[in-house]
Amino acid sequence: MTGHVDGNVLAGPLSELFRFDVTTASARCVSCGDVATLACAMVYVEPASLIVRCRNCDDVLMVVVQEPDLVCIELRGMAWLQVPR
Amino acid sequence: MTDTDKPSVWKVGVVAETRTETASGRSIVLDVPGWGGNIAGQHADVRLTAPDGYTAVRSYSVASAGSGDRVQLAVDRLPTGEVSPYLVDDLIVGDQLEIRGPLGGWFVWRPEIDGIEQTGPVQLIGGGSGIVPLVAMIRSHAASDSTAPFKLLYSVRTPDDAFFRSELAEPSRGLDVTWAYTRRAPDGWARPAGRLTRADLEARTFPANLSPAVFVCGPTGFVETVANSLVELGHDPARIKTERFGGQ
Repeated sequence: MTGHVDGNVLAGPLSELFRFDVTTASARCVSCGDVATLACAMVYVEPASLIVRCRNCDDVLMVVVQEPDLVCIELRGMAWLQVPR
Repeated sequence: MTDTDKPSVWKVGVVAETRTETASGRSIVLDVPGWGGNIAGQHADVRLTAPDGYTAVRSYSVASAGSGDRVQLAVDRLPTGEVSPYLVDDLIVGDQLEIRGPLGGWFVWRPEIDGIEQTGPVQLIGGGSGIVPLVAMIRSHAASDSTAPFKLLYSVRTPDDAFFRSELAEPSRGLDVTWAYTRRAPDGWARPAGRLTRADLEARTFPANLSPAVFVCGPTGFVETVANSLVELGHDPARIKTERFGGQ
Protein backbone atom coordinates (compact mmCIF):
# COMPACT_ATOMS: atom_id res chain seq x y z
CA MET A 1 0.00 0.00 0.00
CA THR A 2 1.39 3.38 -0.91
CA GLY A 3 1.23 6.35 1.46
CA HIS A 4 -1.29 6.51 4.24
CA VAL A 5 -4.93 5.74 4.79
CA ASP A 6 -6.96 6.86 7.79
CA GLY A 7 -8.21 5.71 11.16
CA ASN A 8 -11.22 3.91 9.70
CA VAL A 9 -8.86 1.02 9.00
CA LEU A 10 -8.25 0.54 12.75
CA ALA A 11 -11.79 -0.73 13.34
CA GLY A 12 -11.07 -4.38 12.56
CA PRO A 13 -7.67 -4.92 14.14
CA LEU A 14 -8.63 -3.14 17.38
CA SER A 15 -12.06 -4.81 17.58
CA GLU A 16 -10.15 -7.89 18.69
CA LEU A 17 -8.98 -6.03 21.79
CA PHE A 18 -11.57 -3.44 22.76
CA ARG A 19 -15.30 -3.70 23.18
CA PHE A 20 -15.83 -0.15 21.88
CA ASP A 21 -15.42 1.08 18.31
CA VAL A 22 -12.07 2.87 18.36
CA THR A 23 -12.85 4.80 15.18
CA THR A 24 -15.51 6.87 16.97
CA ALA A 25 -13.32 7.51 20.03
CA SER A 26 -11.53 10.86 20.30
CA ALA A 27 -7.92 11.35 21.26
CA ARG A 28 -5.88 14.35 22.30
CA CYS A 29 -2.44 14.61 20.74
CA VAL A 30 0.30 15.08 23.34
CA SER A 31 2.42 17.09 20.91
CA CYS A 32 0.00 19.68 19.57
CA GLY A 33 -3.14 19.31 21.68
CA ASP A 34 -5.37 18.60 18.67
CA VAL A 35 -8.47 16.64 19.59
CA ALA A 36 -9.87 14.41 16.85
CA THR A 37 -11.90 11.30 16.27
CA LEU A 38 -9.50 8.43 15.64
CA ALA A 39 -11.17 7.84 12.26
CA CYS A 40 -9.59 11.18 11.22
CA ALA A 41 -6.03 10.18 12.14
CA MET A 42 -3.52 9.27 9.43
CA VAL A 43 -2.58 5.60 9.43
CA TYR A 44 0.53 4.13 7.82
CA VAL A 45 0.03 0.42 7.26
CA GLU A 46 3.25 -1.58 7.60
CA PRO A 47 3.50 -5.37 7.24
CA ALA A 48 3.32 -6.04 10.99
CA SER A 49 2.21 -2.70 12.39
CA LEU A 50 -0.15 0.23 12.12
CA ILE A 51 1.38 3.63 12.77
CA VAL A 52 -1.27 6.17 13.72
CA ARG A 53 -0.30 9.81 13.32
CA CYS A 54 -1.98 13.07 14.35
CA ARG A 55 -3.88 14.64 11.44
CA ASN A 56 -2.64 18.05 12.55
CA CYS A 57 1.06 17.74 13.50
CA ASP A 58 1.90 14.27 12.13
CA ASP A 59 3.40 13.11 15.41
CA VAL A 60 2.76 9.50 16.37
CA LEU A 61 -0.41 9.00 18.45
CA MET A 62 -0.32 5.24 18.62
CA VAL A 63 1.52 2.24 17.23
CA VAL A 64 -0.13 -1.15 16.98
CA VAL A 65 2.33 -4.01 16.47
CA GLN A 66 0.70 -7.25 15.40
CA GLU A 67 2.62 -10.47 15.92
CA PRO A 68 1.14 -13.94 15.46
CA ASP A 69 1.01 -14.54 19.22
CA LEU A 70 0.54 -11.02 20.61
CA VAL A 71 -0.48 -7.45 19.94
CA CYS A 72 1.44 -4.53 21.42
CA ILE A 73 -0.08 -1.05 21.55
CA GLU A 74 2.10 1.96 22.21
CA LEU A 75 -0.03 4.91 23.31
CA ARG A 76 2.36 7.56 24.53
CA GLY A 77 1.30 10.05 21.85
CA MET A 78 -2.14 10.43 23.38
CA ALA A 79 -2.98 12.51 26.44
CA TRP A 80 -6.34 10.79 26.67
CA LEU A 81 -8.88 8.74 24.75
CA GLN A 82 -12.57 9.57 25.03
CA VAL A 83 -15.01 6.79 24.23
CA PRO A 84 -18.70 7.47 23.50
CA ARG A 85 -21.11 5.34 25.54
CA MET B 1 -25.85 -11.82 19.39
CA THR B 2 -23.71 -14.78 20.30
CA ASP B 3 -19.95 -14.51 20.75
CA THR B 4 -19.33 -15.93 17.29
CA ASP B 5 -21.59 -13.27 15.76
CA LYS B 6 -19.55 -10.36 17.12
CA PRO B 7 -18.12 -8.07 14.44
CA SER B 8 -14.61 -8.77 15.74
CA VAL B 9 -14.85 -12.50 15.08
CA TRP B 10 -13.69 -13.94 11.76
CA LYS B 11 -16.54 -15.57 9.91
CA VAL B 12 -16.64 -17.70 6.79
CA GLY B 13 -18.60 -16.29 3.89
CA VAL B 14 -19.56 -18.18 0.76
CA VAL B 15 -19.50 -16.42 -2.58
CA ALA B 16 -23.04 -16.31 -3.96
CA GLU B 17 -22.48 -14.09 -6.97
CA THR B 18 -19.81 -12.02 -8.69
CA ARG B 19 -20.29 -9.29 -11.25
CA THR B 20 -17.76 -7.50 -13.40
CA GLU B 21 -18.04 -3.78 -12.72
CA THR B 22 -15.06 -2.41 -14.67
CA ALA B 23 -11.97 -3.75 -16.44
CA SER B 24 -10.21 -3.87 -13.07
CA GLY B 25 -13.00 -4.30 -10.58
CA ARG B 26 -15.90 -6.43 -9.63
CA SER B 27 -18.56 -6.79 -6.99
CA ILE B 28 -18.84 -9.91 -4.86
CA VAL B 29 -21.95 -11.03 -3.01
CA LEU B 30 -21.27 -13.24 0.00
CA ASP B 31 -23.52 -15.13 2.36
CA VAL B 32 -21.97 -14.69 5.78
CA PRO B 33 -23.74 -16.52 8.61
CA GLY B 34 -23.65 -14.29 11.69
CA TRP B 35 -23.07 -11.05 9.79
CA GLY B 36 -26.42 -9.71 10.99
CA GLY B 37 -26.73 -6.63 8.78
CA ASN B 38 -24.80 -3.38 8.66
CA ILE B 39 -25.18 0.37 8.64
CA ALA B 40 -24.54 2.10 5.31
CA GLY B 41 -20.88 3.05 5.00
CA GLN B 42 -19.38 0.34 7.19
CA HIS B 43 -16.57 -1.89 5.99
CA ALA B 44 -15.32 -5.43 6.36
CA ASP B 45 -11.87 -6.96 6.72
CA VAL B 46 -11.05 -9.85 4.41
CA ARG B 47 -8.30 -12.35 5.33
CA LEU B 48 -6.46 -14.62 2.95
CA THR B 49 -4.23 -17.38 4.28
CA ALA B 50 -1.49 -18.93 2.18
CA PRO B 51 -0.65 -22.66 2.44
CA ASP B 52 2.39 -21.76 4.57
CA GLY B 53 0.18 -19.91 7.06
CA TYR B 54 1.06 -16.40 5.92
CA THR B 55 -1.98 -14.18 6.19
CA ALA B 56 -2.93 -10.90 4.53
CA VAL B 57 -5.81 -8.75 5.77
CA ARG B 58 -7.38 -5.89 3.82
CA SER B 59 -10.36 -3.63 4.44
CA TYR B 60 -13.12 -3.32 1.86
CA SER B 61 -16.20 -1.14 1.95
CA VAL B 62 -19.59 -2.80 1.94
CA ALA B 63 -21.96 -1.76 -0.84
CA SER B 64 -25.00 -3.30 0.80
CA ALA B 65 -26.89 -1.96 3.82
CA GLY B 66 -29.62 -3.17 6.08
CA SER B 67 -30.39 -6.42 7.84
CA GLY B 68 -29.49 -9.95 6.92
CA ASP B 69 -26.42 -12.07 6.31
CA ARG B 70 -25.95 -11.23 2.63
CA VAL B 71 -23.07 -8.82 2.03
CA GLN B 72 -21.93 -7.14 -1.17
CA LEU B 73 -18.34 -5.97 -1.49
CA ALA B 74 -16.81 -4.26 -4.50
CA VAL B 75 -13.09 -4.51 -5.11
CA ASP B 76 -10.70 -2.78 -7.48
CA ARG B 77 -7.56 -4.68 -8.48
CA LEU B 78 -4.32 -3.06 -7.33
CA PRO B 79 -1.67 -4.45 -9.71
CA THR B 80 0.83 -5.03 -6.91
CA GLY B 81 -1.79 -6.04 -4.34
CA GLU B 82 -1.64 -9.23 -2.30
CA VAL B 83 -5.37 -9.62 -1.89
CA SER B 84 -7.29 -7.68 -4.53
CA PRO B 85 -6.01 -9.62 -7.60
CA TYR B 86 -7.27 -12.84 -6.04
CA LEU B 87 -10.66 -11.31 -5.22
CA VAL B 88 -11.06 -9.78 -8.68
CA ASP B 89 -9.58 -12.52 -10.87
CA ASP B 90 -9.73 -15.86 -9.09
CA LEU B 91 -12.59 -16.05 -6.61
CA ILE B 92 -15.59 -17.96 -7.98
CA VAL B 93 -19.12 -18.69 -6.83
CA GLY B 94 -19.11 -21.25 -4.05
CA ASP B 95 -15.66 -20.29 -2.76
CA GLN B 96 -15.24 -19.52 0.92
CA LEU B 97 -13.75 -16.29 2.18
CA GLU B 98 -12.81 -15.23 5.71
CA ILE B 99 -14.47 -11.96 6.61
CA ARG B 100 -14.77 -9.84 9.76
CA GLY B 101 -17.33 -7.12 10.37
CA PRO B 102 -19.36 -5.03 10.07
CA LEU B 103 -16.71 -2.53 11.14
CA GLY B 104 -16.50 1.19 11.82
CA GLY B 105 -19.21 3.45 13.16
CA TRP B 106 -17.89 6.80 11.96
CA PHE B 107 -18.11 6.90 8.16
CA VAL B 108 -21.78 5.95 8.19
CA TRP B 109 -25.17 7.41 7.32
CA ARG B 110 -28.31 6.35 9.16
CA PRO B 111 -31.81 7.11 7.88
CA GLU B 112 -32.87 7.73 11.46
CA ILE B 113 -31.14 8.27 14.76
CA ASP B 114 -32.95 7.50 18.03
CA GLY B 115 -36.22 7.23 16.10
CA ILE B 116 -35.83 10.65 14.46
CA GLU B 117 -35.70 10.72 10.68
CA GLN B 118 -32.54 12.38 9.36
CA THR B 119 -33.77 14.97 6.85
CA GLY B 120 -30.66 17.13 6.40
CA PRO B 121 -28.97 17.30 3.01
CA VAL B 122 -26.22 14.79 2.28
CA GLN B 123 -23.42 15.32 -0.20
CA LEU B 124 -21.56 12.23 -1.37
CA ILE B 125 -18.29 12.60 -3.28
CA GLY B 126 -16.60 9.48 -4.60
CA GLY B 127 -13.47 8.78 -6.61
CA GLY B 128 -13.18 5.45 -8.46
CA SER B 129 -14.01 2.50 -6.23
CA GLY B 130 -14.56 5.03 -3.42
CA ILE B 131 -18.15 4.90 -4.59
CA VAL B 132 -18.74 1.65 -2.69
CA PRO B 133 -19.73 2.94 0.79
CA LEU B 134 -21.60 5.82 -0.88
CA VAL B 135 -23.69 3.33 -2.86
CA ALA B 136 -24.60 1.70 0.45
CA MET B 137 -25.80 5.11 1.69
CA ILE B 138 -27.78 5.65 -1.53
CA ARG B 139 -29.41 2.23 -1.13
CA SER B 140 -30.19 2.91 2.53
CA HIS B 141 -31.72 6.27 1.54
CA ALA B 142 -33.92 4.59 -1.08
CA ALA B 143 -34.89 1.61 1.08
CA SER B 144 -36.01 3.86 3.93
CA ASP B 145 -37.96 6.29 1.67
CA SER B 146 -35.81 8.99 3.24
CA THR B 147 -36.75 12.59 2.46
CA ALA B 148 -33.18 13.80 3.01
CA PRO B 149 -31.92 15.44 -0.20
CA PHE B 150 -28.98 13.42 -1.52
CA LYS B 151 -26.40 14.48 -4.07
CA LEU B 152 -23.61 12.36 -5.47
CA LEU B 153 -20.59 13.69 -7.33
CA TYR B 154 -18.78 10.69 -8.82
CA SER B 155 -15.32 11.12 -10.33
CA VAL B 156 -14.03 8.34 -12.58
CA ARG B 157 -11.26 8.11 -15.17
CA THR B 158 -13.53 7.15 -18.07
CA PRO B 159 -17.16 6.04 -18.43
CA ASP B 160 -15.88 2.44 -18.41
CA ASP B 161 -14.36 2.87 -14.96
CA ALA B 162 -17.63 3.46 -13.12
CA PHE B 163 -18.76 0.95 -10.51
CA PHE B 164 -22.55 0.40 -10.28
CA ARG B 165 -22.94 2.38 -13.49
CA SER B 166 -26.41 1.16 -14.48
CA GLU B 167 -27.74 1.61 -10.94
CA LEU B 168 -26.46 5.19 -10.76
CA ALA B 169 -27.71 5.97 -14.27
CA GLU B 170 -31.26 5.73 -12.95
CA PRO B 171 -31.07 7.53 -9.62
CA SER B 172 -33.68 6.80 -6.99
CA ARG B 173 -36.09 9.51 -5.81
CA GLY B 174 -34.40 12.37 -3.98
CA LEU B 175 -30.95 11.58 -5.40
CA ASP B 176 -29.10 13.80 -7.83
CA VAL B 177 -26.07 12.26 -9.59
CA THR B 178 -23.30 14.26 -11.26
CA TRP B 179 -20.53 12.51 -13.15
CA ALA B 180 -17.03 13.88 -13.59
CA TYR B 181 -14.45 12.26 -15.86
CA THR B 182 -10.75 12.72 -15.28
CA ARG B 183 -9.20 11.12 -18.40
CA ARG B 184 -11.88 10.66 -21.05
CA ALA B 185 -15.43 11.99 -21.06
CA PRO B 186 -18.26 10.65 -23.23
CA ASP B 187 -18.66 12.32 -26.63
CA GLY B 188 -20.39 15.66 -26.35
CA TRP B 189 -19.92 15.86 -22.57
CA ALA B 190 -19.94 19.51 -21.50
CA ARG B 191 -17.23 19.31 -18.86
CA PRO B 192 -13.79 18.53 -20.31
CA ALA B 193 -11.99 15.57 -18.76
CA GLY B 194 -9.88 16.56 -15.77
CA ARG B 195 -9.55 16.17 -12.04
CA LEU B 196 -12.15 17.72 -9.78
CA THR B 197 -11.42 21.35 -9.03
CA ARG B 198 -12.71 23.71 -6.39
CA ALA B 199 -14.87 25.28 -9.11
CA ASP B 200 -16.43 21.87 -9.85
CA LEU B 201 -17.22 21.38 -6.20
CA GLU B 202 -18.68 24.86 -5.93
CA ALA B 203 -20.89 24.34 -9.00
CA ARG B 204 -21.94 20.73 -8.46
CA THR B 205 -22.37 20.16 -4.73
CA PHE B 206 -24.57 21.47 -1.91
CA PRO B 207 -23.23 24.86 -0.77
CA ALA B 208 -21.73 25.27 2.69
CA ASN B 209 -24.60 27.46 3.88
CA LEU B 210 -26.93 24.43 3.75
CA SER B 211 -24.59 22.63 6.17
CA PRO B 212 -24.79 19.30 4.36
CA ALA B 213 -23.30 16.19 5.87
CA VAL B 214 -20.45 15.43 3.46
CA PHE B 215 -18.93 12.00 2.83
CA VAL B 216 -15.80 11.78 0.70
CA CYS B 217 -14.26 8.42 -0.23
CA GLY B 218 -11.53 7.51 -2.69
CA PRO B 219 -7.79 7.31 -3.11
CA THR B 220 -5.90 9.29 -0.47
CA GLY B 221 -4.84 12.12 -2.78
CA PHE B 222 -8.37 12.55 -4.12
CA VAL B 223 -9.89 12.64 -0.65
CA GLU B 224 -7.42 15.19 0.68
CA THR B 225 -7.73 17.49 -2.33
CA VAL B 226 -11.53 17.41 -2.19
CA ALA B 227 -11.72 17.85 1.58
CA ASN B 228 -9.33 20.81 1.53
CA SER B 229 -11.33 22.47 -1.25
CA LEU B 230 -14.57 21.98 0.67
CA VAL B 231 -13.08 23.68 3.73
CA GLU B 232 -11.94 26.56 1.51
CA LEU B 233 -15.52 26.80 0.24
CA GLY B 234 -16.70 27.33 3.79
CA HIS B 235 -17.78 23.86 4.87
CA ASP B 236 -17.31 23.10 8.55
CA PRO B 237 -14.51 20.49 8.75
CA ALA B 238 -16.56 18.68 11.39
CA ARG B 239 -19.29 18.08 8.78
CA ILE B 240 -16.87 16.44 6.33
CA LYS B 241 -16.26 12.74 6.87
CA THR B 242 -13.54 11.08 4.85
CA GLU B 243 -12.39 7.57 4.08
CA ARG B 244 -9.10 6.98 2.28
CA PHE B 245 -8.10 3.71 0.73
CA GLY B 246 -4.53 4.47 -0.26
CA GLY B 247 -3.58 3.73 -3.86
CA GLN B 248 -2.53 6.40 -6.36
